[in-house]
Amino acid sequence: MRPGPRRLAGIILMLAAAFLLAAPFAFKPYGIFILSMWAVMTIAAIGLNLTLGYAGQISLAQAAFVGIGAYITALLTTKGWPFWSTYLLGGVSCFAIGWVLGYPALRVQHHYLAFVTLAFNTLVYLIFRNEEWLTGGIYGISNVPRPDVAGWSMNGPREFYYFCLAHLALVSLATWWLIRSPWGRAFVALRENPMRALSLGVDTRRYTLMAFALGAGLGGISGALYAPLVQFVDPTPFALGLSLNLLLMVVVGGSGFFFAPFLGAMVAVLLPEWLRFTEGFYLMGYALLVVVLMVVCPSGLLGLAARLVRPAGRPGARSTAETSVAGPDAAVQSEGAR
Amino acid sequence: MSTVLAVRDLKKSFGGIVAVDGVSFDVTEGEILGIIGPNGSGKSTLFNCILGQLRPSAGDVRIDGRSVTGLRPCDLNRLGVSRTFQLLQIFPQLTARENLILAGQEHKGSMFSRLVGPSDAGLSEPADRMLEFFRLDHLADEQAGSLSYGQQKLLDAAMAFISGPRLALLDEPAGGVNLTMLTSLRDRLKAINVERGATFVVIEHNMEFVMALCDRILVLAEGRIIAGGRPADVRRDPKVIEAYLGH
Repeated sequence: MRPGPRRLAGIILMLAAAFLLAAPFAFKPYGIFILSMWAVMTIAAIGLNLTLGYAGQISLAQAAFVGIGAYITALLTTKGWPFWSTYLLGGVSCFAIGWVLGYPALRVQHHYLAFVTLAFNTLVYLIFRNEEWLTGGIYGISNVPRPDVAGWSMNGPREFYYFCLAHLALVSLATWWLIRSPWGRAFVALRENPMRALSLGVDTRRYTLMAFALGAGLGGISGALYAPLVQFVDPTPFALGLSLNLLLMVVVGGSGFFFAPFLGAMVAVLLPEWLRFTEGFYLMGYALLVVVLMVVCPSGLLGLAARLVRPAGRPGARSTAETSVAGPDAAVQSEGAR
Repeated sequence: MSTVLAVRDLKKSFGGIVAVDGVSFDVTEGEILGIIGPNGSGKSTLFNCILGQLRPSAGDVRIDGRSVTGLRPCDLNRLGVSRTFQLLQIFPQLTARENLILAGQEHKGSMFSRLVGPSDAGLSEPADRMLEFFRLDHLADEQAGSLSYGQQKLLDAAMAFISGPRLALLDEPAGGVNLTMLTSLRDRLKAINVERGATFVVIEHNMEFVMALCDRILVLAEGRIIAGGRPADVRRDPKVIEAYLGH
Protein backbone atom coordinates (compact mmCIF):
# COMPACT_ATOMS: atom_id res chain seq x y z
CA MET A 1 0.00 0.00 0.00
CA ARG A 2 1.24 3.52 -0.77
CA PRO A 3 1.59 6.06 2.06
CA GLY A 4 -1.67 7.83 1.12
CA PRO A 5 -4.02 4.85 1.39
CA ARG A 6 -2.07 3.63 4.41
CA ARG A 7 -2.71 6.88 6.26
CA LEU A 8 -6.37 6.77 5.25
CA ALA A 9 -6.62 3.20 6.54
CA GLY A 10 -5.00 4.31 9.81
CA ILE A 11 -7.51 7.11 10.27
CA ILE A 12 -10.47 4.81 9.52
CA LEU A 13 -9.07 2.27 11.96
CA MET A 14 -8.72 4.83 14.77
CA LEU A 15 -12.21 6.19 14.19
CA ALA A 16 -13.61 2.66 14.25
CA ALA A 17 -11.79 1.90 17.50
CA ALA A 18 -13.06 5.14 19.07
CA PHE A 19 -16.61 4.30 17.98
CA LEU A 20 -16.39 0.75 19.40
CA LEU A 21 -15.09 2.06 22.74
CA ALA A 22 -17.71 4.81 23.05
CA ALA A 23 -20.67 2.89 21.57
CA PRO A 24 -22.09 1.38 24.80
CA PHE A 25 -22.78 4.85 26.15
CA ALA A 26 -24.90 5.73 23.14
CA PHE A 27 -26.89 2.50 22.78
CA LYS A 28 -29.68 0.80 24.73
CA PRO A 29 -28.98 -2.71 26.12
CA TYR A 30 -30.34 -4.36 22.95
CA GLY A 31 -27.97 -2.32 20.78
CA ILE A 32 -25.08 -3.26 23.07
CA PHE A 33 -26.13 -6.91 22.81
CA ILE A 34 -26.07 -6.71 19.00
CA LEU A 35 -22.63 -5.09 19.05
CA SER A 36 -21.38 -7.82 21.40
CA MET A 37 -22.79 -10.39 18.98
CA TRP A 38 -20.90 -8.64 16.18
CA ALA A 39 -17.64 -8.99 18.14
CA VAL A 40 -18.30 -12.68 18.84
CA MET A 41 -19.24 -13.48 15.24
CA THR A 42 -16.24 -11.54 13.96
CA ILE A 43 -13.97 -13.88 15.94
CA ALA A 44 -15.59 -16.90 14.26
CA ALA A 45 -15.32 -15.20 10.86
CA ILE A 46 -11.63 -14.42 11.47
CA GLY A 47 -11.15 -18.15 11.98
CA LEU A 48 -12.95 -18.95 8.73
CA ASN A 49 -11.01 -16.24 6.90
CA LEU A 50 -7.81 -17.97 8.00
CA THR A 51 -8.98 -21.36 6.69
CA LEU A 52 -10.73 -20.13 3.55
CA GLY A 53 -9.41 -16.67 2.76
CA TYR A 54 -5.73 -17.28 3.39
CA ALA A 55 -5.23 -21.03 3.09
CA GLY A 56 -7.94 -21.52 0.44
CA GLN A 57 -9.65 -24.47 2.16
CA ILE A 58 -13.42 -24.15 2.00
CA SER A 59 -15.25 -25.04 5.19
CA LEU A 60 -18.98 -25.11 5.82
CA ALA A 61 -18.50 -26.34 9.37
CA GLN A 62 -17.61 -23.17 11.24
CA ALA A 63 -21.01 -23.07 12.99
CA ALA A 64 -20.34 -26.54 14.37
CA PHE A 65 -17.18 -25.27 16.07
CA VAL A 66 -18.97 -22.22 17.46
CA GLY A 67 -21.57 -24.69 18.77
CA ILE A 68 -19.01 -27.03 20.31
CA GLY A 69 -17.33 -24.10 22.06
CA ALA A 70 -20.68 -22.78 23.26
CA TYR A 71 -21.92 -26.16 24.54
CA ILE A 72 -18.67 -26.94 26.37
CA THR A 73 -18.82 -23.57 28.12
CA ALA A 74 -22.55 -23.78 28.86
CA LEU A 75 -22.40 -27.37 30.13
CA LEU A 76 -19.42 -26.85 32.39
CA THR A 77 -19.98 -23.33 33.73
CA THR A 78 -23.54 -24.26 34.77
CA LYS A 79 -21.94 -27.13 36.72
CA GLY A 80 -19.67 -24.65 38.50
CA TRP A 81 -16.51 -24.88 36.43
CA PRO A 82 -14.58 -21.60 36.20
CA PHE A 83 -15.12 -19.79 32.90
CA TRP A 84 -11.45 -19.68 31.88
CA SER A 85 -11.02 -23.44 32.08
CA THR A 86 -14.07 -24.03 29.88
CA TYR A 87 -12.94 -21.28 27.53
CA LEU A 88 -9.56 -22.94 27.06
CA LEU A 89 -11.14 -26.37 26.80
CA GLY A 90 -13.53 -25.07 24.10
CA GLY A 91 -10.70 -23.58 22.04
CA VAL A 92 -8.40 -26.58 22.42
CA SER A 93 -11.14 -29.15 21.69
CA CYS A 94 -12.14 -27.33 18.52
CA PHE A 95 -8.49 -27.05 17.47
CA ALA A 96 -8.14 -30.83 17.85
CA ILE A 97 -11.43 -31.63 16.08
CA GLY A 98 -10.55 -29.13 13.33
CA TRP A 99 -7.22 -30.88 12.84
CA VAL A 100 -9.02 -34.19 12.32
CA LEU A 101 -11.58 -32.56 9.99
CA GLY A 102 -8.63 -31.28 7.95
CA TYR A 103 -7.72 -34.81 6.82
CA PRO A 104 -10.43 -34.97 4.13
CA ALA A 105 -8.99 -31.71 2.75
CA LEU A 106 -5.78 -33.60 1.98
CA ARG A 107 -7.75 -35.71 -0.50
CA VAL A 108 -10.64 -33.57 -1.75
CA GLN A 109 -10.90 -29.89 -2.60
CA HIS A 110 -13.36 -27.16 -3.48
CA HIS A 111 -17.05 -28.17 -3.63
CA TYR A 112 -16.25 -31.76 -2.59
CA LEU A 113 -14.60 -30.42 0.53
CA ALA A 114 -17.59 -28.14 1.07
CA PHE A 115 -19.83 -31.21 1.17
CA VAL A 116 -17.59 -33.07 3.61
CA THR A 117 -17.60 -30.12 6.01
CA LEU A 118 -21.33 -29.57 5.50
CA ALA A 119 -21.94 -33.18 6.53
CA PHE A 120 -19.84 -32.63 9.64
CA ASN A 121 -21.86 -29.55 10.57
CA THR A 122 -25.11 -31.49 10.21
CA LEU A 123 -23.73 -34.35 12.29
CA VAL A 124 -22.74 -32.02 15.12
CA TYR A 125 -26.13 -30.28 14.98
CA LEU A 126 -27.90 -33.64 15.26
CA ILE A 127 -25.80 -34.54 18.28
CA PHE A 128 -26.75 -31.23 19.95
CA ARG A 129 -30.42 -31.89 19.23
CA ASN A 130 -30.75 -35.61 19.84
CA GLU A 131 -28.34 -36.45 22.66
CA GLU A 132 -30.64 -35.07 25.32
CA TRP A 133 -28.77 -36.71 28.23
CA LEU A 134 -25.76 -34.56 27.39
CA THR A 135 -27.02 -31.39 25.72
CA GLY A 136 -30.57 -31.01 26.96
CA GLY A 137 -31.85 -31.52 23.41
CA ILE A 138 -34.18 -28.86 22.03
CA TYR A 139 -34.73 -27.46 25.53
CA GLY A 140 -31.10 -26.39 25.58
CA ILE A 141 -29.15 -25.13 28.56
CA SER A 142 -30.31 -21.95 30.26
CA ASN A 143 -28.84 -19.62 32.90
CA VAL A 144 -25.33 -19.75 31.57
CA PRO A 145 -23.40 -17.51 33.98
CA ARG A 146 -21.19 -14.63 32.89
CA PRO A 147 -17.65 -14.66 34.26
CA ASP A 148 -15.82 -12.43 36.72
CA VAL A 149 -12.48 -10.94 35.72
CA ALA A 150 -10.16 -10.25 38.66
CA GLY A 151 -13.15 -9.83 40.97
CA TRP A 152 -15.08 -7.62 38.49
CA SER A 153 -18.39 -9.02 37.42
CA MET A 154 -19.03 -9.08 33.67
CA ASN A 155 -22.76 -9.43 34.27
CA GLY A 156 -23.97 -6.10 32.87
CA PRO A 157 -24.40 -5.70 29.11
CA ARG A 158 -21.79 -2.95 28.97
CA GLU A 159 -19.18 -4.90 30.93
CA PHE A 160 -19.72 -8.01 28.86
CA TYR A 161 -19.50 -5.99 25.67
CA TYR A 162 -16.04 -4.74 26.68
CA PHE A 163 -15.14 -8.30 27.63
CA CYS A 164 -16.01 -9.47 24.08
CA LEU A 165 -14.27 -6.47 22.54
CA ALA A 166 -11.07 -7.22 24.48
CA HIS A 167 -11.17 -10.79 23.17
CA LEU A 168 -11.67 -9.54 19.64
CA ALA A 169 -8.67 -7.23 20.01
CA LEU A 170 -6.46 -10.07 21.29
CA VAL A 171 -7.59 -12.48 18.59
CA SER A 172 -7.01 -9.79 15.93
CA LEU A 173 -3.47 -9.09 17.15
CA ALA A 174 -2.61 -12.80 17.26
CA THR A 175 -4.03 -13.33 13.77
CA TRP A 176 -2.20 -10.28 12.45
CA TRP A 177 1.04 -11.74 13.79
CA LEU A 178 0.24 -15.14 12.31
CA ILE A 179 -0.50 -13.97 8.78
CA ARG A 180 2.62 -11.78 8.71
CA SER A 181 4.76 -14.71 9.84
CA PRO A 182 6.16 -17.33 7.48
CA TRP A 183 3.07 -19.38 8.34
CA GLY A 184 0.83 -16.78 6.73
CA ARG A 185 3.01 -16.83 3.63
CA ALA A 186 2.81 -20.64 3.54
CA PHE A 187 -1.01 -20.44 3.86
CA VAL A 188 -1.19 -18.10 0.87
CA ALA A 189 1.12 -20.44 -1.05
CA LEU A 190 -1.24 -23.28 -0.22
CA ARG A 191 -4.12 -21.31 -1.68
CA GLU A 192 -2.33 -20.06 -4.79
CA ASN A 193 -0.25 -23.01 -5.91
CA PRO A 194 0.02 -26.02 -3.58
CA MET A 195 2.09 -28.06 -6.03
CA ARG A 196 4.80 -25.43 -6.31
CA ALA A 197 4.70 -24.86 -2.55
CA LEU A 198 5.31 -28.56 -2.00
CA SER A 199 8.32 -28.48 -4.32
CA LEU A 200 9.75 -25.58 -2.29
CA GLY A 201 9.78 -27.58 0.92
CA VAL A 202 6.42 -26.35 2.26
CA ASP A 203 4.85 -29.29 4.07
CA THR A 204 1.43 -28.70 2.56
CA ARG A 205 -0.11 -31.53 4.58
CA ARG A 206 0.88 -30.02 7.89
CA TYR A 207 -0.09 -26.47 6.91
CA THR A 208 -3.49 -27.60 5.58
CA LEU A 209 -4.28 -29.34 8.87
CA MET A 210 -2.98 -26.33 10.80
CA ALA A 211 -5.20 -23.96 8.76
CA PHE A 212 -8.25 -26.07 9.61
CA ALA A 213 -7.30 -26.44 13.26
CA LEU A 214 -6.60 -22.74 13.84
CA GLY A 215 -9.82 -21.69 12.10
CA ALA A 216 -11.79 -24.20 14.15
CA GLY A 217 -10.05 -23.13 17.39
CA LEU A 218 -11.17 -19.54 16.82
CA GLY A 219 -14.68 -20.86 16.15
CA GLY A 220 -14.50 -22.56 19.56
CA ILE A 221 -13.38 -19.35 21.27
CA SER A 222 -16.23 -17.50 19.60
CA GLY A 223 -18.64 -20.12 20.94
CA ALA A 224 -17.17 -19.87 24.43
CA LEU A 225 -18.13 -16.18 24.38
CA TYR A 226 -21.49 -16.79 22.68
CA ALA A 227 -22.81 -18.96 25.54
CA PRO A 228 -22.38 -16.36 28.33
CA LEU A 229 -23.46 -13.56 25.96
CA VAL A 230 -26.85 -15.10 25.14
CA GLN A 231 -26.89 -17.00 28.49
CA PHE A 232 -28.86 -19.72 26.76
CA VAL A 233 -27.66 -22.40 24.37
CA ASP A 234 -29.86 -24.57 22.13
CA PRO A 235 -29.13 -26.41 18.87
CA THR A 236 -30.93 -24.07 16.43
CA PRO A 237 -28.29 -21.33 16.04
CA PHE A 238 -25.57 -23.86 15.16
CA ALA A 239 -27.26 -25.40 12.15
CA LEU A 240 -25.92 -24.99 8.63
CA GLY A 241 -27.48 -21.52 8.38
CA LEU A 242 -24.82 -19.98 10.62
CA SER A 243 -22.02 -21.65 8.65
CA LEU A 244 -23.40 -20.11 5.48
CA ASN A 245 -23.76 -16.79 7.24
CA LEU A 246 -20.13 -16.90 8.38
CA LEU A 247 -19.09 -17.78 4.84
CA LEU A 248 -21.10 -14.79 3.66
CA MET A 249 -19.27 -12.54 6.14
CA VAL A 250 -15.87 -13.61 4.81
CA VAL A 251 -16.83 -13.39 1.14
CA VAL A 252 -18.75 -10.11 1.41
CA GLY A 253 -15.95 -8.53 3.43
CA GLY A 254 -13.34 -9.75 0.92
CA SER A 255 -11.94 -13.25 1.33
CA GLY A 256 -8.22 -13.14 2.15
CA PHE A 257 -8.23 -9.55 3.46
CA PHE A 258 -7.37 -9.09 7.12
CA PHE A 259 -10.30 -6.78 7.88
CA ALA A 260 -12.85 -8.73 5.85
CA PRO A 261 -14.41 -10.50 8.86
CA PHE A 262 -14.96 -7.20 10.71
CA LEU A 263 -16.74 -5.66 7.76
CA GLY A 264 -18.52 -8.85 6.75
CA ALA A 265 -19.85 -9.42 10.26
CA MET A 266 -21.11 -5.84 10.23
CA VAL A 267 -23.05 -6.58 7.06
CA ALA A 268 -24.38 -9.89 8.39
CA VAL A 269 -25.11 -8.94 12.03
CA LEU A 270 -25.76 -5.20 12.06
CA LEU A 271 -27.27 -4.50 8.63
CA PRO A 272 -30.38 -6.66 9.16
CA GLU A 273 -31.01 -4.74 12.39
CA TRP A 274 -30.68 -1.38 10.64
CA LEU A 275 -33.05 -2.54 7.92
CA ARG A 276 -35.74 -3.42 10.46
CA PHE A 277 -37.61 -0.18 9.76
CA THR A 278 -38.70 -1.73 6.46
CA GLU A 279 -40.53 -4.33 8.60
CA GLY A 280 -41.57 -7.36 6.53
CA PHE A 281 -39.26 -6.41 3.68
CA TYR A 282 -36.00 -6.22 5.57
CA LEU A 283 -34.78 -9.75 4.75
CA MET A 284 -35.65 -9.25 1.08
CA GLY A 285 -33.84 -5.91 0.99
CA TYR A 286 -30.88 -7.47 2.73
CA ALA A 287 -30.73 -10.37 0.27
CA LEU A 288 -30.97 -7.98 -2.66
CA LEU A 289 -28.13 -5.85 -1.31
CA VAL A 290 -25.89 -8.90 -0.96
CA VAL A 291 -26.69 -10.09 -4.49
CA VAL A 292 -25.91 -6.66 -5.96
CA LEU A 293 -22.68 -6.48 -3.96
CA MET A 294 -21.53 -9.87 -5.20
CA VAL A 295 -22.30 -8.95 -8.80
CA VAL A 296 -20.54 -5.58 -8.61
CA CYS A 297 -17.52 -6.74 -6.63
CA PRO A 298 -16.98 -10.50 -6.39
CA SER A 299 -13.80 -9.89 -4.39
CA GLY A 300 -15.88 -8.33 -1.61
CA LEU A 301 -16.03 -4.84 -0.10
CA LEU A 302 -12.29 -4.71 0.60
CA GLY A 303 -11.54 -6.04 -2.88
CA LEU A 304 -13.49 -3.08 -4.22
CA ALA A 305 -11.59 -0.69 -1.94
CA ALA A 306 -8.24 -2.17 -3.01
CA ARG A 307 -9.22 -1.75 -6.66
CA LEU A 308 -10.03 1.90 -6.03
CA VAL A 309 -6.74 2.78 -4.32
CA ARG A 310 -4.41 0.59 -6.38
CA PRO A 311 -2.35 2.58 -8.89
CA ALA A 312 -3.49 2.13 -12.48
CA GLY A 313 -1.88 -0.57 -14.58
CA ARG A 314 -1.28 -3.03 -11.76
CA PRO A 315 -3.38 -6.09 -12.52
CA GLY A 316 -4.57 -8.78 -10.16
CA ALA A 317 -7.20 -8.20 -7.50
CA ARG A 318 -6.79 -10.19 -4.31
CA SER A 319 -9.65 -12.56 -4.83
CA THR A 320 -9.33 -16.28 -4.37
CA ALA A 321 -11.49 -16.73 -7.45
CA GLU A 322 -8.78 -15.29 -9.66
CA THR A 323 -5.79 -17.09 -8.22
CA SER A 324 -6.01 -20.51 -9.78
CA VAL A 325 -2.70 -20.99 -11.54
CA ALA A 326 -2.28 -24.73 -11.24
CA GLY A 327 -2.14 -25.55 -14.96
CA PRO A 328 -1.70 -28.98 -16.53
CA ASP A 329 1.00 -29.99 -14.04
CA ALA A 330 -1.81 -30.13 -11.46
CA ALA A 331 -2.51 -33.66 -12.66
CA VAL A 332 0.49 -34.89 -10.73
CA GLN A 333 -0.49 -33.01 -7.63
CA SER A 334 -3.07 -35.39 -6.27
CA GLU A 335 -0.75 -38.34 -6.50
CA GLY A 336 2.17 -36.45 -5.03
CA ALA A 337 0.21 -35.18 -2.08
CA ARG A 338 -0.50 -38.60 -0.67
CA MET B 1 33.79 -36.30 -8.51
CA SER B 2 31.09 -38.06 -6.55
CA THR B 3 27.71 -39.10 -7.89
CA VAL B 4 24.95 -36.75 -6.72
CA LEU B 5 21.97 -38.34 -8.43
CA ALA B 6 21.70 -41.98 -9.42
CA VAL B 7 18.61 -43.25 -11.25
CA ARG B 8 18.26 -47.02 -11.68
CA ASP B 9 15.76 -48.84 -13.91
CA LEU B 10 13.07 -46.24 -13.31
CA LYS B 11 9.67 -47.22 -14.74
CA LYS B 12 6.35 -45.43 -14.73
CA SER B 13 3.21 -46.58 -16.48
CA PHE B 14 -0.24 -45.03 -16.60
CA GLY B 15 -2.64 -47.88 -17.25
CA GLY B 16 -1.32 -49.53 -20.42
CA ILE B 17 0.91 -46.64 -21.42
CA VAL B 18 4.55 -46.90 -20.38
CA ALA B 19 5.80 -43.31 -20.05
CA VAL B 20 9.21 -44.10 -18.59
CA ASP B 21 10.62 -47.50 -19.47
CA GLY B 22 13.64 -48.53 -17.44
CA VAL B 23 15.77 -45.39 -17.38
CA SER B 24 19.17 -45.42 -15.65
CA PHE B 25 21.73 -42.63 -15.43
CA ASP B 26 24.13 -40.88 -13.04
CA VAL B 27 24.78 -37.20 -12.51
CA THR B 28 28.14 -36.24 -11.02
CA GLU B 29 28.84 -33.28 -8.81
CA GLY B 30 29.06 -29.94 -10.62
CA GLU B 31 27.75 -31.34 -13.89
CA ILE B 32 25.06 -29.80 -16.10
CA LEU B 33 23.18 -32.64 -17.71
CA GLY B 34 20.68 -31.94 -20.47
CA ILE B 35 17.75 -34.24 -21.26
CA ILE B 36 16.20 -33.83 -24.68
CA GLY B 37 13.61 -35.77 -26.62
CA PRO B 38 10.51 -35.31 -28.73
CA ASN B 39 7.18 -34.38 -27.14
CA GLY B 40 5.71 -37.25 -25.14
CA SER B 41 9.05 -39.03 -24.77
CA GLY B 42 8.66 -39.11 -20.97
CA LYS B 43 10.98 -36.29 -19.88
CA SER B 44 8.60 -34.55 -17.50
CA THR B 45 7.30 -37.85 -16.14
CA LEU B 46 10.90 -38.83 -15.45
CA PHE B 47 11.37 -35.59 -13.49
CA ASN B 48 8.14 -36.08 -11.57
CA CYS B 49 9.20 -39.62 -10.60
CA ILE B 50 12.65 -38.50 -9.46
CA LEU B 51 11.14 -35.68 -7.42
CA GLY B 52 8.39 -37.61 -5.67
CA GLN B 53 5.56 -35.83 -7.45
CA LEU B 54 4.67 -39.19 -8.99
CA ARG B 55 5.38 -42.59 -7.46
CA PRO B 56 7.49 -44.68 -9.87
CA SER B 57 6.10 -48.11 -10.85
CA ALA B 58 9.56 -49.60 -10.37
CA GLY B 59 13.17 -48.59 -9.94
CA ASP B 60 15.25 -46.58 -7.52
CA VAL B 61 16.37 -42.97 -7.12
CA ARG B 62 19.39 -42.15 -4.97
CA ILE B 63 20.69 -38.78 -3.82
CA ASP B 64 24.28 -38.98 -2.55
CA GLY B 65 23.88 -42.74 -2.26
CA ARG B 66 20.73 -42.54 -0.17
CA SER B 67 17.53 -43.98 -1.61
CA VAL B 68 14.86 -41.29 -1.83
CA THR B 69 12.30 -43.20 -3.89
CA GLY B 70 8.78 -42.36 -2.73
CA LEU B 71 9.85 -39.45 -0.53
CA ARG B 72 7.47 -36.47 -0.62
CA PRO B 73 8.56 -33.46 -2.72
CA CYS B 74 8.82 -31.22 0.35
CA ASP B 75 11.11 -33.65 2.17
CA LEU B 76 13.24 -34.06 -0.94
CA ASN B 77 13.48 -30.30 -1.30
CA ARG B 78 14.70 -29.97 2.26
CA LEU B 79 17.40 -32.54 1.43
CA GLY B 80 18.72 -30.03 -1.12
CA VAL B 81 16.93 -30.99 -4.33
CA SER B 82 14.98 -28.20 -6.00
CA ARG B 83 13.12 -27.90 -9.25
CA THR B 84 11.20 -25.74 -11.66
CA PHE B 85 8.15 -26.83 -13.64
CA GLN B 86 7.49 -26.88 -17.35
CA LEU B 87 4.87 -24.17 -16.95
CA LEU B 88 5.49 -21.03 -14.99
CA GLN B 89 4.84 -21.66 -11.29
CA ILE B 90 5.12 -18.57 -9.15
CA PHE B 91 2.84 -16.99 -6.55
CA PRO B 92 1.31 -14.06 -8.45
CA GLN B 93 -0.24 -12.36 -5.40
CA LEU B 94 3.02 -12.17 -3.46
CA THR B 95 5.75 -9.67 -4.30
CA ALA B 96 8.89 -10.87 -6.07
CA ARG B 97 10.83 -10.67 -2.78
CA GLU B 98 8.14 -12.61 -0.90
CA ASN B 99 8.19 -15.32 -3.57
CA LEU B 100 11.88 -15.81 -2.81
CA ILE B 101 11.41 -15.67 0.96
CA LEU B 102 8.70 -18.33 0.68
CA ALA B 103 11.04 -20.44 -1.44
CA GLY B 104 13.66 -20.40 1.33
CA GLN B 105 11.71 -20.15 4.59
CA GLU B 106 10.99 -23.84 5.10
CA HIS B 107 14.74 -24.50 5.12
CA LYS B 108 15.12 -22.29 8.19
CA GLY B 109 14.45 -23.33 11.78
CA SER B 110 11.46 -25.35 12.95
CA MET B 111 7.72 -24.96 12.46
CA PHE B 112 7.60 -23.23 15.86
CA SER B 113 10.46 -20.81 15.19
CA ARG B 114 8.80 -19.84 11.90
CA LEU B 115 5.72 -18.83 13.87
CA VAL B 116 7.41 -16.78 16.60
CA GLY B 117 10.48 -15.61 14.67
CA PRO B 118 10.87 -12.66 12.32
CA SER B 119 8.33 -12.21 9.54
CA ASP B 120 10.93 -12.64 6.77
CA ALA B 121 12.63 -15.64 8.45
CA GLY B 122 15.86 -13.65 8.08
CA LEU B 123 15.69 -14.05 4.31
CA SER B 124 15.15 -10.48 3.10
CA GLU B 125 18.85 -9.96 2.41
CA PRO B 126 19.49 -13.28 0.65
CA ALA B 127 16.30 -12.70 -1.34
CA ASP B 128 17.48 -9.26 -2.43
CA ARG B 129 20.89 -10.66 -3.37
CA MET B 130 19.20 -13.35 -5.45
CA LEU B 131 16.99 -10.73 -7.14
CA GLU B 132 20.09 -8.70 -7.92
CA PHE B 133 21.83 -11.77 -9.29
CA PHE B 134 18.93 -12.37 -11.68
CA ARG B 135 18.76 -8.63 -12.50
CA LEU B 136 15.30 -8.30 -10.94
CA ASP B 137 16.24 -6.07 -8.00
CA HIS B 138 14.23 -3.10 -9.31
CA LEU B 139 11.09 -5.28 -9.14
CA ALA B 140 11.47 -6.58 -5.56
CA ASP B 141 8.28 -4.96 -4.24
CA GLU B 142 6.13 -5.58 -7.32
CA GLN B 143 3.46 -8.25 -7.27
CA ALA B 144 4.97 -11.20 -9.10
CA GLY B 145 1.83 -11.50 -11.23
CA SER B 146 2.47 -8.06 -12.72
CA LEU B 147 5.97 -8.91 -14.04
CA SER B 148 6.53 -9.71 -17.71
CA TYR B 149 6.62 -13.36 -18.76
CA GLY B 150 10.41 -13.36 -19.10
CA GLN B 151 10.85 -11.74 -15.70
CA GLN B 152 8.50 -14.27 -14.13
CA LYS B 153 10.51 -17.05 -15.72
CA LEU B 154 13.70 -15.64 -14.17
CA LEU B 155 11.95 -15.33 -10.80
CA ASP B 156 10.77 -18.92 -11.13
CA ALA B 157 14.38 -20.02 -11.67
CA ALA B 158 15.65 -17.81 -8.84
CA MET B 159 13.17 -19.48 -6.46
CA ALA B 160 14.82 -22.82 -7.14
CA PHE B 161 18.20 -21.50 -5.97
CA ILE B 162 17.50 -19.39 -2.88
CA SER B 163 17.84 -22.36 -0.55
CA GLY B 164 21.26 -23.19 -2.02
CA PRO B 165 20.31 -26.59 -3.43
CA ARG B 166 22.86 -29.29 -4.13
CA LEU B 167 20.92 -30.45 -7.16
CA ALA B 168 18.45 -28.51 -9.32
CA LEU B 169 16.15 -30.05 -11.91
CA LEU B 170 14.88 -27.50 -14.40
CA ASP B 171 12.00 -28.39 -16.71
CA GLU B 172 12.23 -26.22 -19.86
CA PRO B 173 13.69 -23.09 -18.27
CA ALA B 174 13.94 -21.43 -21.70
CA GLY B 175 10.37 -22.16 -22.83
CA GLY B 176 8.69 -19.00 -24.11
CA VAL B 177 11.61 -16.76 -23.15
CA ASN B 178 12.78 -14.21 -25.75
CA LEU B 179 16.33 -14.10 -27.10
CA THR B 180 17.73 -11.36 -24.85
CA MET B 181 16.31 -12.98 -21.73
CA LEU B 182 17.57 -16.34 -22.95
CA THR B 183 21.21 -15.24 -22.96
CA SER B 184 20.75 -13.68 -19.54
CA LEU B 185 19.15 -16.87 -18.20
CA ARG B 186 21.93 -19.07 -19.62
CA ASP B 187 24.63 -16.82 -18.14
CA ARG B 188 22.94 -16.87 -14.73
CA LEU B 189 22.62 -20.64 -14.70
CA LYS B 190 26.25 -21.07 -15.77
CA ALA B 191 27.31 -18.64 -13.05
CA ILE B 192 25.41 -20.53 -10.35
CA ASN B 193 26.99 -23.73 -11.59
CA VAL B 194 30.52 -22.34 -11.50
CA GLU B 195 30.30 -20.09 -8.43
CA ARG B 196 28.19 -22.26 -6.17
CA GLY B 197 29.03 -25.69 -7.52
CA ALA B 198 25.35 -26.56 -8.03
CA THR B 199 24.60 -29.65 -10.09
CA PHE B 200 21.91 -29.36 -12.78
CA VAL B 201 19.63 -31.55 -14.78
CA VAL B 202 17.87 -29.56 -17.51
CA ILE B 203 15.02 -30.60 -19.81
CA GLU B 204 14.95 -28.37 -22.85
CA HIS B 205 13.59 -28.17 -26.38
CA ASN B 206 15.71 -25.22 -27.41
CA MET B 207 18.72 -26.99 -28.96
CA GLU B 208 21.02 -24.01 -29.06
CA PHE B 209 20.33 -23.23 -25.42
CA VAL B 210 20.90 -26.80 -24.33
CA MET B 211 24.04 -27.30 -26.45
CA ALA B 212 25.59 -24.12 -25.05
CA LEU B 213 24.64 -24.82 -21.43
CA CYS B 214 25.16 -28.53 -20.90
CA ASP B 215 28.27 -30.65 -20.37
CA ARG B 216 26.50 -33.84 -21.36
CA ILE B 217 23.19 -34.73 -22.98
CA LEU B 218 20.84 -37.71 -22.76
CA VAL B 219 18.26 -38.31 -25.48
CA LEU B 220 14.94 -39.82 -24.45
CA ALA B 221 12.46 -41.37 -26.91
CA GLU B 222 9.40 -43.42 -26.01
CA GLY B 223 10.50 -43.60 -22.39
CA ARG B 224 13.98 -44.96 -23.09
CA ILE B 225 17.43 -43.42 -23.33
CA ILE B 226 18.48 -43.84 -26.95
CA ALA B 227 21.69 -41.82 -26.94
CA GLY B 228 23.99 -39.89 -24.66
CA GLY B 229 27.28 -38.02 -24.66
CA ARG B 230 28.86 -34.64 -25.33
CA PRO B 231 26.56 -32.13 -27.09
CA ALA B 232 28.53 -32.20 -30.36
CA ASP B 233 28.40 -36.01 -30.57
CA VAL B 234 24.72 -36.21 -29.74
CA ARG B 235 23.88 -33.70 -32.44
CA ARG B 236 25.41 -35.99 -35.08
CA ASP B 237 23.98 -39.26 -33.76
CA PRO B 238 21.74 -40.83 -36.48
CA LYS B 239 19.39 -42.31 -33.85
CA VAL B 240 18.77 -38.82 -32.48
CA ILE B 241 18.13 -37.40 -35.91
CA GLU B 242 15.70 -40.21 -36.60
CA ALA B 243 13.84 -39.75 -33.31
CA TYR B 244 13.41 -36.06 -33.97
CA LEU B 245 12.70 -36.09 -37.68
CA GLY B 246 11.04 -39.50 -38.12
CA HIS B 247 11.53 -41.57 -41.27
